[in-house]
Amino acid sequence: MWKVCRKELADHFNSTRFLLLFCLVFMVALVSTYMAAENVHKALQGNTKPSQVFLMLFTTPGKFFSLVQFVAFFGPLLGIIMGFDAINRERQLRTLGKLLSQPIYRDAVVNGKFIAGVITITIVLASLLLLLSGMGLVILGVVPGPEEIARLAVYLLISIAYVAFWLGLAVLFSIFFRSLATSALASVAIWIFFSFFMGFLADLAADAIRPVYSTRDLRAVVANERLAHSISLISPAVLYAEATGAILDPFQRSTSRLLLVTPLEGLSLERFQGPLPLDQSVFLVWPHVVLLIALTLICFGIAYVTFLRQEIRTL
Amino acid sequence: MASIIQTRGLTRRYGRQVAVDRLDLDVQEGEIFGFLGPNGAGKTTTILMLLGLTEPTEGTARVLGHDPTHDPMPIKRQVGYLPENVGFYDDLTGRENLQYIAALNEIPESQARAKIDAALATVGLAEEGDKIVGAYSRGMRQRLGIAELLVKDPRLLILDEPTLGLDPDGTLRMLELIRDLNRSRGITVMLSSHLLDQVQRICHRVGIMIQGRLVAVGTIEELARRKLGDAAGPSLEEIYMRYFKET
Ligand SMILES: Nc1ncnc2c1ncn2[C@@H]1O[C@H](COP(=O)(O)OP(=O)(O)OP(=O)(O)O)[C@@H](O)[C@H]1O
Ligand SMILES: [Mg+2]
Repeated sequence: MWKVCRKELADHFNSTRFLLLFCLVFMVALVSTYMAAENVHKALQGNTKPSQVFLMLFTTPGKFFSLVQFVAFFGPLLGIIMGFDAINRERQLRTLGKLLSQPIYRDAVVNGKFIAGVITITIVLASLLLLLSGMGLVILGVVPGPEEIARLAVYLLISIAYVAFWLGLAVLFSIFFRSLATSALASVAIWIFFSFFMGFLADLAADAIRPVYSTRDLRAVVANERLAHSISLISPAVLYAEATGAILDPFQRSTSRLLLVTPLEGLSLERFQGPLPLDQSVFLVWPHVVLLIALTLICFGIAYVTFLRQEIRTL
Repeated sequence: MASIIQTRGLTRRYGRQVAVDRLDLDVQEGEIFGFLGPNGAGKTTTILMLLGLTEPTEGTARVLGHDPTHDPMPIKRQVGYLPENVGFYDDLTGRENLQYIAALNEIPESQARAKIDAALATVGLAEEGDKIVGAYSRGMRQRLGIAELLVKDPRLLILDEPTLGLDPDGTLRMLELIRDLNRSRGITVMLSSHLLDQVQRICHRVGIMIQGRLVAVGTIEELARRKLGDAAGPSLEEIYMRYFKET
């Protein structure tokens, strides 16, 4: 398995496709974080520094979006680009039969490719975070405390799991579809669906199941919102957004948008009571993380079983 | 002489279609065995079952004493398989392709270098080893395919249409290479083909498969005697056509 993994890693880092993507991601991230840093810097002047200001570097929008939003948007593409041709490319090159006639187990091929992808993702995201932290350090002149560093580390782990989900999905499609274009398109279609339409669909479904006849019927409104929220959690994009939101913003006490908007909750003093400790934040998003990893494993598991049973005829 | 490949009642069905029908095949150690048959006869299917890459519907196979379905690893370690229309990683050089194969076969890097050089020299690609495979001609690719098999010092070569798409000169060189490997290193060879004259040139024994059934096995002389009487100068072409018309 490690033999396959090593070759795939070398392939990733040598491919033009990957280099282009890498440069693009770094440039956009640098620019947006730079702008965010400037904004934070300005806002801080003259004020006493609030706690955990370093994290704001990543959550404050520069001109267009924050780094966190950027990774949420672009991470899936990274995973897809690395996985969509994992198996069907070998088919196309007619190397699959030869590969499987070497003394390796069939699953080693899928495992090796998947792990090589995860390692690449880890390297990209970790170096991105380090670079930007370094830049923030210089511009803000704030040294991150141990808790902030820990939060960033958790954020990194969740992000890796998130991109790994898309990698797993793309690998799955590369097994199902013979054509490279079809498998890429299928992955992108799912990505668009989950990222942009899921919220809308969840609302629709909730309205159908728990209709709200009068907005003054608070109970119905709450039930409707709850349901919509639960449904939208099928989407890894939603899971990821909520999880990272709570991790990077220690003031956030709940991942549910509802609790923050109901009048009583909104007025509650909670939000002004100072930050949540890290373990509490992690506790808050734990189900999200578990669900995200479960989704990844399901994708990968299906890919695995499909590949083990597939006829390897390279016709 | 011991059987290096042995199948008993080996059968593979795809739905209702029988691709391989109750095949009893023996290939002896040290020989070149020609596996003949028209398109769709079931040659490739048989080969895939011998390597454990496809499961038989019924019957058993033994390759080098192991069962390909349940114990494929020792087989894969000792058998060099050249798929029909073999492919390579086109953006890597010939040498890098060989390095990957060597790594997959757990050959330590210290030995791999020498083995790769030797394999490239044997197939006549010593000069072109560092070129990208995408720039190889058809003949060079086919020879690189053989080099990949040699890297792992195989006891048995299974070649699926090794001369497919080669010009007459390339075909001749390929056949000579195969015969030379068999003679000088004692490697057993099983090759499938539907080109008869070339098989006749190098094979010790042949098997003729038509529509999934093995209709004849033996040396060319034996088959000729059986089918054509004592006609002088047995031609595989004639034998083959006889069998073909009968089915
Ligand atoms: N995956 C599959 N699904 C259904 N039928 C198949 C499959 N693979 C092979 N077959 C059928 O099995 C039969 C034998 O095919 P096979 O490829 O073994 O023939 P072959 O002797 O190698 O032919 P050729 O000389 O053209 O390579 C064919 O009729 C083919 O249609
Ligand atoms: Mg064939």
